[in-house]
Amino acid sequence: MTSQQFCTFFLDSYLFGVPVPKVQEVIRFQPMTPVPLAPGSVEGLINLRGQIVVAIDLRRRLELGKRPQGELPMNVVVRTADGAVSLLVDEIGDVIEVEESTFEGSPETLSGEIRCMILGVHKLEGRLLHLLDTDRACEMPDEPKPLRAV
Amino acid sequence: MDEIVKDFLIESSENLDRLDQELVKLESEPSSKELLASVFRTIHTIKGSCGFLGFARLEKLAHAGESLLSRLREGELTLSAEITSGLLAMVDAVRHMLAAIQASEQDGEDDYAPLIQNLARLRGEPALKSPAAAPTKSGEARPQPPPAAEGENAAKPVTESAVALQLPSSPTRTKPGRKPRRTNKPPNPDKVTEEVVAQGADHPAETSTVPMPESRQPDATAETIRVGVTLLDRLMNLVGELVLARNQLLQFSNSVQDVGLQAVSQRMNLIATELQEEVMKTRMQPIDNIWSKFPRTVRDLALSCRKEVRLEMKGKDTELDRTIIEAIKDPLTHLVRNAMDHGIEEPETRRRAGKSPTGVLTLRAFHEGGQVNIEISDDGGGLNRDRIRQKAMERGLITAQQSSLMPDRDVFNLIFLPGFSTAEKITNVSGRGVGMDVVKTNVERIGGAVDVQSTPGRGTTVRVKIPLTLAIIPALIVTCGGERFAIPQVSLSELVRLDSDANGKGEENVKGIELVWGAPVYRLRGRLLPLVYLDRELAMRAEAAIDSTSPSAAAHLTAVNVNIVVLQAEGQQFGLVVDEIIDTEEIVVKPLGRQLKGVSAYSGATIMGDGRVALILDVPGLARRAQVIAEAHAPAHDSSAQTESGSAVPTEAVCNERTLLLAENGTDGRVAIPLSTVARLEEFPPTVVERAGSQDVMQYRGQIIPLVRLSEIIPATRDADLLANAGSIQVVVYAEGKRTVGLIVDRIVDIVEERATVESLHPRTGVVGSFVTQGHVTDLLDVPALVRAAVPGLLDEPEPQAERM
Repeated sequence: MTSQQFCTFFLDSYLFGVPVPKVQEVIRFQPMTPVPLAPGSVEGLINLRGQIVVAIDLRRRLELGKRPQGELPMNVVVRTADGAVSLLVDEIGDVIEVEESTFEGSPETLSGEIRCMILGVHKLEGRLLHLLDTDRACEMPDEPKPLRAV
Repeated sequence: MDEIVKDFLIESSENLDRLDQELVKLESEPSSKELLASVFRTIHTIKGSCGFLGFARLEKLAHAGESLLSRLREGELTLSAEITSGLLAMVDAVRHMLAAIQASEQDGEDDYAPLIQNLARLRGEPALKSPAAAPTKSGEARPQPPPAAEGENAAKPVTESAVALQLPSSPTRTKPGRKPRRTNKPPNPDKVTEEVVAQGADHPAETSTVPMPESRQPDATAETIRVGVTLLDRLMNLVGELVLARNQLLQFSNSVQDVGLQAVSQRMNLIATELQEEVMKTRMQPIDNIWSKFPRTVRDLALSCRKEVRLEMKGKDTELDRTIIEAIKDPLTHLVRNAMDHGIEEPETRRRAGKSPTGVLTLRAFHEGGQVNIEISDDGGGLNRDRIRQKAMERGLITAQQSSLMPDRDVFNLIFLPGFSTAEKITNVSGRGVGMDVVKTNVERIGGAVDVQSTPGRGTTVRVKIPLTLAIIPALIVTCGGERFAIPQVSLSELVRLDSDANGKGEENVKGIELVWGAPVYRLRGRLLPLVYLDRELAMRAEAAIDSTSPSAAAHLTAVNVNIVVLQAEGQQFGLVVDEIIDTEEIVVKPLGRQLKGVSAYSGATIMGDGRVALILDVPGLARRAQVIAEAHAPAHDSSAQTESGSAVPTEAVCNERTLLLAENGTDGRVAIPLSTVARLEEFPPTVVERAGSQDVMQYRGQIIPLVRLSEIIPATRDADLLANAGSIQVVVYAEGKRTVGLIVDRIVDIVEERATVESLHPRTGVVGSFVTQGHVTDLLDVPALVRAAVPGLLDEPEPQAERM
């Protein structure tokens, strides 16, 4: 039986997991430089020890509701083919080890773009661990958001 | 020592090290074609280089090795231990010679005749030139002259005499047919051949006729090592980070008032600064790295165009960032070739002009104002101003009116226009031509500029200005909407500040910001400077998206002090309105993530002193964007769409008056065609019109081009047989990409510069709208749409090329 370690985090009421080797580091909320005209889910740029990293708000990327006022997100910095990208999440969970046998693909009813980003779930006791496809999540739809609110 | 020789030594010693490894590896897997090919290449390279540098003996030796290898490569021989030994002995001998070159700039006096013979024997050319005869009879001391070696003729006499001189003193006599064994075996006094080989390999100093100096110079390789560029980039990043940490430490230590801490942080400050400078230097290379190739280029070109040219290079050691060195290599080579080809005249012409028959081509590099200047000057005939003008007019790049007003300098710079150089053969224009626009594009891509000056009869100077480095650039820091932005200083012209209380009354005319049909402009020394509001361009404020045509907009725009950053982008000037101007700073340019590649407004980002990230504005991108937005915006306003889009494009509408070609369509119709879309104007007898299917066509410059009769698309009152009776037809040649179309008009009237307001009265195919010029209502044509309507499918992939005024 093979098992895998996941770094977990919360978004809204959901528990998400990313394979540990994909995660470069987890850091607290950082002051961010907003990028006008950027795709909607890009929250801004952070300075990660001299490296400029794009921060993507996963709530917006996954079309979840707005983060409650006053709550600061955490940065989960993941490795992608194109360098590090920071994913903004609500809260960080534990690193957990799960058996492969508990995995199941996403139900057919899951629709659209979300389906591409969620690889499936691990059935944990009492809750589901959603596996996030970080590469997909870091990929922006080609169209930048409307240039100007008319 | 010559730079070129130094490079050769470094390169060769690296090559030799690799050869050692590869030969040994090859021995264990003799069938590996790849290894064999690689070994062959390496030896070939060495041979080629030393032939070029005039090291005849070295070349001869390498040649012998190469010949042997080529037989191996052809599969005529299989590698044996013996052959490997022979080759390794050769490698060692080459290394030995390189040491001699390093010491004395000569390739030693030992010509390794026995070794060469041994190699020849291994190659399987046995008794043909019996090695037994060769060394003893000094007159025939040429064992296996390299058959195809370049420069052999020149080298031969030297070699011969050297051999003759050397042989009597040679302690060894070669016995043919002896089997040399592995070099690492102890020398056997009986087997002299082997001894030579072995000595060549292991005890070079003992047999060498050039005694090595006691205090050996360090190897060329020991002074330099090669380091991956990625490592240097990483170092650079880390140093940048260190500098930031240092800044924070300094701030902290100032607030703590601890003498000890302050002393340490001061020291750290100095070290960090010095470290930063040194790391920067690792990326710098002298411009000679590219210049060193030019003497050869010049020599070859001079020979081929039968010119006498002397090349002078000044400021060889001017240093540039390596990425820039790479980027300017081709443009510079091009400029040198151009100067040789067209600038400098033939000796006879020069003599007649009272000049020395030998032309001088001067390359000069120097630092100035944080930039590197490179000048390529020739003392040739100079650019022919009138020919350039004429050519530019022929190609529709400028109008007659423009041309007469143009200062010489601008005329000369026309040679950099794209249309100018792609012509058939422009050598007689002045001379310059092919690919000058590519030079300009390449130089501008790295934030540089090209300029040309010329004095008739005295010569031409092309000056290339480029930034020292791409990694660190000077930039102006501004704020907008609470965020900082960096504007690269290369695109910056000047700063203008308008105070709000200077002229507080009135709404329309406050402080010199005026509206041209809603588009804000500022009179900068009498010329209208279109303004672009950064906050609106970046959609940073919701309330900024107000309708700029309403008079209240002007009031809004001028409610506070206005800071205008005057920028230059692709030849157009515009004013960028920002909230505040902070300072100029050297910034470290960092790329943006893939997620932001689609946003054209930024060229990168940088980290400011406080550790926060600031975006670097892409000035050309921003200028283009200002236009794009206007286009996307236009449909919102229905009836006045055309006017609106025209006016909302300040960068173009105001800066560039449209140059229009006026033509008659029928007896009372007038049309205007933007001259920029016109490739040529032609006049033909009506008989040139032929038919292909249902399409009128014409043979034009070796092509068949479709003809479109304007009158068929835009009906106009006209005499039925106006065209038939005319003695000739007027064809406006329109080219889009590779497609060419002829547009037949009734008469060409004039070329005018207009900044008129176009009104769209009722939609018609191929017509943008109407305006009044020279007292006539004139239709502004949308040529691409027109062509598409007339010849569907000709212009595949229609590009959105809205014609506006």
